[in-house]
Amino acid sequence: MKQNIDLKELLSAIDVPAQWVGIREVYEAQTPRMIRDGVPVTNARSVTHGVMVEVLADGQFGYYGTPNMSVEGVSLAAEKAFQQAKVASQHALYNFDESARPSYKGEYKSPYIKDRNHLSAGSLNNLLLDAYNHLKVSDKIVSASALCQIIETNFKFISSNGSDISQDFLMLEFDLSATAAEGSNQQTRTFGGMRGTCRQMGMEYFDQYEIFANADRIGEQALELLSADECPTGEMDVIIASDQMMLQIHESIGHALEVDRILGDERNYAGWSFVKLEDFGSLQYGSKLMNITFDPTMESEFASYAFDDGGLKATKEYLIKDGVLVRGLGGQESQIRSGLDGVANFRSSGWNRAPIDRMANINLEPGESTLDDLIGSVDNGVYMESNKSWSIDDYRNKFQFGCEYGKLIENGRLTKTVKNPNYRGISTPFWNNLKGVGNEDTFGIYGTPNCGKGEPNQIIRVGHASPVCLFENVQVFGGV
Amino acid sequence: MQNIFNDLSDELFSYLKNGEYLVISFVGENSQFIRFNNASVRQTGLVDDAALSLKFISNGRTCYGEFTVSGHNNIDIEKGRKEIDRMRIESEEIPVDPFLVLPENFASSCDIKVSDGLPFENAVDALVPVMQGMDFVGIFANGKMFRGNANNLGQKHWYETESFCLDYSLVTSEHQMVKGCFAGNEWSQDEYEKYVLRSKRKLTLMERKPIKVDTGKYRTWFEAAAVADFLGMFSWNGISEASLRQGCSGFGRMRHEDVRLSPKFTIVEDFSQGFCPKFNSNGEVSPEFLSLINKGKLDNTLVSSRSAKEYNVESNYAEHGEYMRSPRMEPGNLNHDEVLKHLDKGLLLSNIHYLNWSDNSGGRITGLTRYACFWVEGGEIVAPIETMRFDDSFYRFFGDQLCEVENKLTVVPEVSTYGSRSLGVTTCPGILVDSFALTL
Repeated sequence: MKQNIDLKELLSAIDVPAQWVGIREVYEAQTPRMIRDGVPVTNARSVTHGVMVEVLADGQFGYYGTPNMSVEGVSLAAEKAFQQAKVASQHALYNFDESARPSYKGEYKSPYIKDRNHLSAGSLNNLLLDAYNHLKVSDKIVSASALCQIIETNFKFISSNGSDISQDFLMLEFDLSATAAEGSNQQTRTFGGMRGTCRQMGMEYFDQYEIFANADRIGEQALELLSADECPTGEMDVIIASDQMMLQIHESIGHALEVDRILGDERNYAGWSFVKLEDFGSLQYGSKLMNITFDPTMESEFASYAFDDGGLKATKEYLIKDGVLVRGLGGQESQIRSGLDGVANFRSSGWNRAPIDRMANINLEPGESTLDDLIGSVDNGVYMESNKSWSIDDYRNKFQFGCEYGKLIENGRLTKTVKNPNYRGISTPFWNNLKGVGNEDTFGIYGTPNCGKGEPNQIIRVGHASPVCLFENVQVFGGV
Repeated sequence: MQNIFNDLSDELFSYLKNGEYLVISFVGENSQFIRFNNASVRQTGLVDDAALSLKFISNGRTCYGEFTVSGHNNIDIEKGRKEIDRMRIESEEIPVDPFLVLPENFASSCDIKVSDGLPFENAVDALVPVMQGMDFVGIFANGKMFRGNANNLGQKHWYETESFCLDYSLVTSEHQMVKGCFAGNEWSQDEYEKYVLRSKRKLTLMERKPIKVDTGKYRTWFEAAAVADFLGMFSWNGISEASLRQGCSGFGRMRHEDVRLSPKFTIVEDFSQGFCPKFNSNGEVSPEFLSLINKGKLDNTLVSSRSAKEYNVESNYAEHGEYMRSPRMEPGNLNHDEVLKHLDKGLLLSNIHYLNWSDNSGGRITGLTRYACFWVEGGEIVAPIETMRFDDSFYRFFGDQLCEVENKLTVVPEVSTYGSRSLGVTTCPGILVDSFALTL
């Protein structure tokens, strides 16, 4: 049951002597379903609904997040937010004015064909149960699961300077997973985890023949990994599939370019950045093959939208062009503080958190090589698919990633399967070793539902699309 | 909040039909968040939030529902009834759940901790003055937290506490940092100012020029905060019975091959200090103490009632995700004042960062050094080190490479605020390890 709220009535009832007032309403319903080992383990629906009242007083923003959306509740929230802002303004980091919240009007709706009611709870459970049966290709599969989550989000934002925005999202997450084990030798293969399939789309996604074919493959590959050799150790070429490239982009580019990090806001939690304000326009971040965009306009990508949570209109922008850093991930507040050009990325995890600089869709543009071209150019290397481990330092320099599935590349051909393929490196030297970028046929659209950042902490959804890429001189290693 | 929870629960229980069961969980808070950068206020605000979670059992099926509690009784009762209606229909459609856990009525409890905290309106003026002259960055979280649980058989639990936590970093002009966390229930302005000034004194060591250490294996002292981070990994594909059964636990070698950690390593779940509720989201009350690893031997895994049914073992009333809620590692014999002498030459790591399993079955964990981490020679601190990546197995650093365990325990509070403010602590000592691998 969704409570109907008239934001204009609430805004007009607020009576505080603020420079600016805004109200952001967020309603979100998440419906996860999961079959594990032939049994339903999750059939749930979780709804969160509230408003964030934000005021600007003496150059300082103050906020109050509340689920009490009555006229009295919101008026009181505005008074308390005003008091918070007034007290804090004596010690404010920056003296903002109304330009920090630009005025726009508009709407956005996720692209989809079939809405969430097209598939009943029973039908979805049956589909997931059938997928589980396809995953369980052997008794050595000790555990397997199939899961999906439907997310519906309604976002509304109005303000005293005329913003009036409405955005409706329908999103889907889906995964398959099979774990093969013999004693403490255990290997898990997935459909990319929750990062594998997370998109704005409807129930048209559920093509059972494609799902079952993927389930068969995943079950077989889990078994294959159980008896595979360890990934070799050494410095060599690596071809990275697009479902791992997405996290490489996320960790070593996306977070490093968040301007609030560069300005020091995140130093106590997520960390700082090796990128400095003076690097924009000059830093050779990667090889000339590297073109990175902030693209909230890509149809069906997880974090597409028309406006950010501060009301700024969202457009596609190059962040890195021909390997050179040209623009940061800074929303309106960060653009004002830093003097840099930015993007519409002032985002929050919901009605109970204030927006900060976040990624949205951060993509690597396709190049011209076919997958065969890339493989054919490698004498000694490893091809890696699907992330299973990730870690990077607080300046976004020293990273290490582990993947689920590897194949040796010998004399220009994929040969035997290897388990526990890992690699590590340092961000800009690594990206400057980008030697080949796949074409549109190798381009995959992924994302993550679980990007953590901020104080108080916020989990947010981001999208990443990338072709397959070839890097040279990478430190590669296996397990144990 | 307790009245809201009680009224809502009673109304929703009365809406049930014969043969239906309902378990209700409540999570709520009235919080203040003030974010600082460079000793100034970056963002400030208040959040009231509360959610009611429903576990509905009928027809041999389990369904879950959750909604935000608005505080208006008529609206919230209507939301709850609609959720029950939805789950009632769904329970006719979905497959049978052979491992469903029916609620029971063991006993009820009420634990309300009343504190003299820092009023919201006074917080900025109390916090800011002592920060001046430093590059201070961090978050102040303050206010009440509520947890409740009830079922339609009459069992009811309530837990309420008020706390504050200033989690911060001090930064030198050369970007070296010291971590601080001033947390508690009763606010003392004097204690607060002394705590921050102690952090400031630690910062002087960080003024020395950082040195770069080579990759390789080093004798290493981990302060308690770093040990707490390692122990946190046990809650993620580690100590969980389900995780072991499903082939994704780093504890497989202990279970399947009887591999032992060091006899100096003992860890228990300890609810006696009351840092978090003893009841879980199913309303079950955990034992006050539960031995997990005793002198290096895996003693108990965490077993939820669902896992108990699925794998035919006994439940120890772990939370559904089978993670540690109040872990305490036992102390050893090493006095903190003797640490540098016993370390002699090697690394002193105060904090570590961004841990992940790099080889789960091998128990291998990767991560990075962060904050006050030093190179030590001749039992003296030489200089801070540049950030280094490590990649090593807990079977080594809690196993045959574990030399000494500190004789004092530190309470490391859970400061996470994802979704809502967290409860709980990790209580542990520092450890001295003979060999620890730096890899990048």
